[in-house]
Amino acid sequence: MRKISSLFYVIKQGFLNIWRNKLFSLASVATIAACLFLLGIFYAIVANFQHIVMKAEEGVSVTVFFHSDYDTCYRELGYEHREEYQHPAEKIPSKQRLEEIGKMIAARAEVSDVKFTTDEEAWEKFGKEYFGEDYAIGYEENPLRGEDNYEVFLSDVSMQGALKHWLEDIPEVRKVNADDSTASTLSGANLLIAYISIAVIVILLAVSIFLISNTVATGIAIRREEINIMKYVGATDFFVRSPFVIEGMLIGLLGACIPLLGLYYMYDYAMRYLMTNFTQLSSLLEFLPIEQVFAFLTPVCLLMGIGIGFFGSVTSIRKHLHV
Amino acid sequence: MSRREEQKKKRQEFIAEKGVICLENVSKTYSAGIAAVDNINVSIKPGEFVFIVGENGSGKSTFIKLLLRELKASSGNVYVMGQDLAKLRHGQIPKFRRQIGVVFQDFRLLSDRNVYENVAFAQRIIEVPMDEIRRNVPTILATVGLAGKYKAKIKELSGGEQQRVALARALINQPSILLADEPTGNLDPQNAWGIMELLDEINAQGTTVIMVTHNREIVNTMHKRVIAMRKGVIVSDQEDGEYIEED
Repeated sequence: MRKISSLFYVIKQGFLNIWRNKLFSLASVATIAACLFLLGIFYAIVANFQHIVMKAEEGVSVTVFFHSDYDTCYRELGYEHREEYQHPAEKIPSKQRLEEIGKMIAARAEVSDVKFTTDEEAWEKFGKEYFGEDYAIGYEENPLRGEDNYEVFLSDVSMQGALKHWLEDIPEVRKVNADDSTASTLSGANLLIAYISIAVIVILLAVSIFLISNTVATGIAIRREEINIMKYVGATDFFVRSPFVIEGMLIGLLGACIPLLGLYYMYDYAMRYLMTNFTQLSSLLEFLPIEQVFAFLTPVCLLMGIGIGFFGSVTSIRKHLHV
Repeated sequence: MSRREEQKKKRQEFIAEKGVICLENVSKTYSAGIAAVDNINVSIKPGEFVFIVGENGSGKSTFIKLLLRELKASSGNVYVMGQDLAKLRHGQIPKFRRQIGVVFQDFRLLSDRNVYENVAFAQRIIEVPMDEIRRNVPTILATVGLAGKYKAKIKELSGGEQQRVALARALINQPSILLADEPTGNLDPQNAWGIMELLDEINAQGTTVIMVTHNREIVNTMHKRVIAMRKGVIVSDQEDGEYIEED
């Protein structure tokens, strides 16, 4: 019972300490808030950039063509007329083998989706895109005959090269179309974002910890006299330390809530501004919804604020306890 | 007999034999090699009133710090209430200090709290129930003559009143020993005598009082035991002594 009453007492003292040391509390809250605000802005930018790159990656695909009686590979192999080149019959896949290959491709880890397109569908799509609804006029047969293909979408574009090599090793595969430059640009951008994120987060964290521990240490040094009095009248380390730790955690909590609120309104405003004033941009780029950004940012900022307050006060007060 | 009762009995026997405070060949040397106290031997009986006098740097403050276990002796033994302070672990120090009241020249009050809160604080930290604190604080404030000022802020009080608050805080847990480090040093003569009367009353009720002072008039008027120190050494120890000026 007494322990519970003591617990309530130290919690109350923690709250009162904030009020008693208004200026110090304000300085500490401002320091934590400023650091977490910068961290939040940086995270929102990086997360959106990564989201945009990820969306772009989703559109990157590899197209796989197969040997057929009608294909045009005789030209690629240096023959002038189709009749001059005879396909080895074992290289032309049956319908069943095509399905089997499709399943093999889909089973690979780096593949997110596989879409089969028949030569008819390919001609229809191409024709409509370039010649309109009357695309078939003037063509006696499908110029893309034998161009059945798989369009393979990747979950990780950095694996495009490896996938291409694997596909080319399938005997029935005649040709693999892949845009190497897009894939390398996107995977390079991803790597760059990761490096910049790590560097900026480490720098911001180091600066935050330095600023915050200095602020807390200054605040505790100011109250060294108070700690000495507590020790002289026989207060245990728990009694001396607890109000400061609670005070530190509350300051950290406040220091995290303020930038979170600010960032929420800023992000919301920025998104609405972009959507209304830059409609072209919004159709090209897909930004992260506010809920998704804050689902990560809220717990991280709160934990960091409270954690910084806790460790800052515990480490700063330790040296004053040996009175 | 339980182990705790056995220890208590041993301590009481020790106190009866060697005193409530006993220093045996105690020296305290700081890191620079300066001896703040040098091989001192003192025994103070329960209920005594002792003045510690001496000029600045004579070792008076170190003496008080050794008794509070703020400092550890470099050599020799310090016993307070039968406890060997060298054997006290860090975690045992708070409990030990609760048996000792302490007042300082600069009062050392929590200036952002009122009179009641400053006194109640000493009971709060030893987890005395709230209803008991509510009873004890007004009683002790009445004893030191501040019954009507329990709501006052520390800054609103005179020096004499602040020292009375410090005394009330030191006494509320009914300590066996009261250490007073120049308690009248910042007070005018009238307030100083008011505090001395209070200390005398407290001593008459059985509390051992050890007071460090520079005030010759007070020492010579009170007719108590006087221990004089010079350069870390006890130069005289007299019952009903007088303040001896240095050459």
